[in-house]
Amino acid sequence: MSGFVRIFDLIPAAAALLVAALPAWSAPQRVVSMNLCTDQIAMLLASPGQLVSVSDLAQDPRMSPLADEAQVYPINYGRAEEIYLMRPDLVIAGQFASAPTVAMLRRLGIRVEVRAPAESIAAIRTEISEVGALLGREEAARDLIADFDTRLAALRRDPNMGRAALYYANGFTSGRGTLAGEILNAAGYQNIAGDYGIANTAPLPLELLVMSRPDRLITGARWPGRSRSEAILDHPALAATTDATAEVTDRDWVCGTPYILRAIEALE
Amino acid sequence: MRRLFTFLALLTAALFLVSLLTGPAGLGAWRGLSALIFGGDGPAPIVMREIRLPRALLGVLVGGGLGLTGAALQGYLRNPLAEPGLIGVSGMAALGAVIAIQTGLSLAAPLALPLTALAGAAVGVGLLVALAGPRGGSVTLILAGVAISALAGAGTALVLNLSPNPYAANEIVFWLMGSLADRSMIHLWLALPPMMLGAALILSSGRALDALTLGEGAASAMGVSAGRLRWMMIAGVALIVGPATAIAGAIGFVGLVVPHVLRPWVGARPSLLLSASALGGAVLLLAADIAVRLIMPERDLKLGVLTAIVGAPLFLHLIWKTRSGGRI
Repeated sequence: MSGFVRIFDLIPAAAALLVAALPAWSAPQRVVSMNLCTDQIAMLLASPGQLVSVSDLAQDPRMSPLADEAQVYPINYGRAEEIYLMRPDLVIAGQFASAPTVAMLRRLGIRVEVRAPAESIAAIRTEISEVGALLGREEAARDLIADFDTRLAALRRDPNMGRAALYYANGFTSGRGTLAGEILNAAGYQNIAGDYGIANTAPLPLELLVMSRPDRLITGARWPGRSRSEAILDHPALAATTDATAEVTDRDWVCGTPYILRAIEALE
Repeated sequence: MRRLFTFLALLTAALFLVSLLTGPAGLGAWRGLSALIFGGDGPAPIVMREIRLPRALLGVLVGGGLGLTGAALQGYLRNPLAEPGLIGVSGMAALGAVIAIQTGLSLAAPLALPLTALAGAAVGVGLLVALAGPRGGSVTLILAGVAISALAGAGTALVLNLSPNPYAANEIVFWLMGSLADRSMIHLWLALPPMMLGAALILSSGRALDALTLGEGAASAMGVSAGRLRWMMIAGVALIVGPATAIAGAIGFVGLVVPHVLRPWVGARPSLLLSASALGGAVLLLAADIAVRLIMPERDLKLGVLTAIVGAPLFLHLIWKTRSGGRI
């Protein structure tokens, strides 16, 4: 019995050895990414020709720091049919990808890896190393993480920059459990969302924002085609609260990638 | 009669005060009011003057406007089922406002927002008057209203869905249900002048509406010009409903409930009902706006949800009475 168990214990180890020994053979050769955030990590890590397609948002300069680099890739709109026709051997999707699309791709026999968004600096490291492993590019992932850590440590950090508020369309704010909160924290600001027990992204009444008297206000970037939801960012009460308003450059704040270093730097 | 107006005016003033003192910031009544009147340092004057004051003032303005136009449409169309929200006038105004916002017109010229909403409302009310007219036929009015509402709603949803803005599609609810949350003094100043002009037009047609209760023939024999009255109604309703909807979204049922409740108290005279309904509309909307802040402070519950809960059963009741007895 014990010998039986031991053999089964050996199988994962043997498989790991096999994978490690044959990276070129086991690594996926045709990878499709269908999420803005995994697009960026994959573009930073993939070997030439390995990444077949990225999502349409990756080419949008308002949301993607790698928009220029993404121009060379064919894009997909996250539809099962077009992705299947690209004949991928690995699809990387975001957690909020359409569930029927993911199920359909799996039913068609395609390996789909679903990734949760990286909402903290620790999660960014994990994400880089795990996507690196999926692509068989552990070496590149290790280099990217080392570079990220060096640049993070090099950022001049004053832990008492004052109190800051994040404020988006429809009166939403972000707390410490979010990427934007982590950026604020890393830049040395105290997030006023904490005063009201907001850890995630939640609506904060304009009155409470004004009452908390932030030293610095960081608002969401404006989108084309205007909307009533964004009108709250023009409210005279916001302008009267603080003079120090910085506009979020959304593309560096959207995804948990090494580009958040630019966002942190811009706040200092 | 005077007692009714005094009562409504006092109630409006009291609710205005309660509206000023309702909010998540937790300012005491005394501190809040002194910050409002005397200003001072710190965030309290900003909260009172820039956030709560415009909200309370817009409650009076928009509610009053909807009550007034409801009474005017019911008087002119001689039909108790007429109401700007239900028969598509607000919906058309919302369509105009959405087009102004999404095309960037409202950014280029701030006045474009109330003006396009006004144009939308004018098309809506013009269509209704052309189709139903002052003969009191319920079926044509309701059917025309359903068609105009459906068209306006679909147009609004289409414009918002085509917008490149990620927030636009979520705003369909606002345009259908209305809200006064986080409006500013800028909005108040945009809406006030056209709404005052519209109110003047409608209030000055009170006598003609009184004459119309005797029938079209009798009214024209008494010197009421049918064409002039029609244009005053269309312009007056559009001037009020357009800017009100551009600022607060389409809030239904206020113009239905208020004249219905107040009608017995003014002896069913349209001219008196007009000003009474304006006060009553302000009371209803202020109360609804206070309620949305007390029931679900975090959720921005839409005003139209509350007014529909009060108004829709009444509407069904009115249809029931129309069905059994012909005229109400």
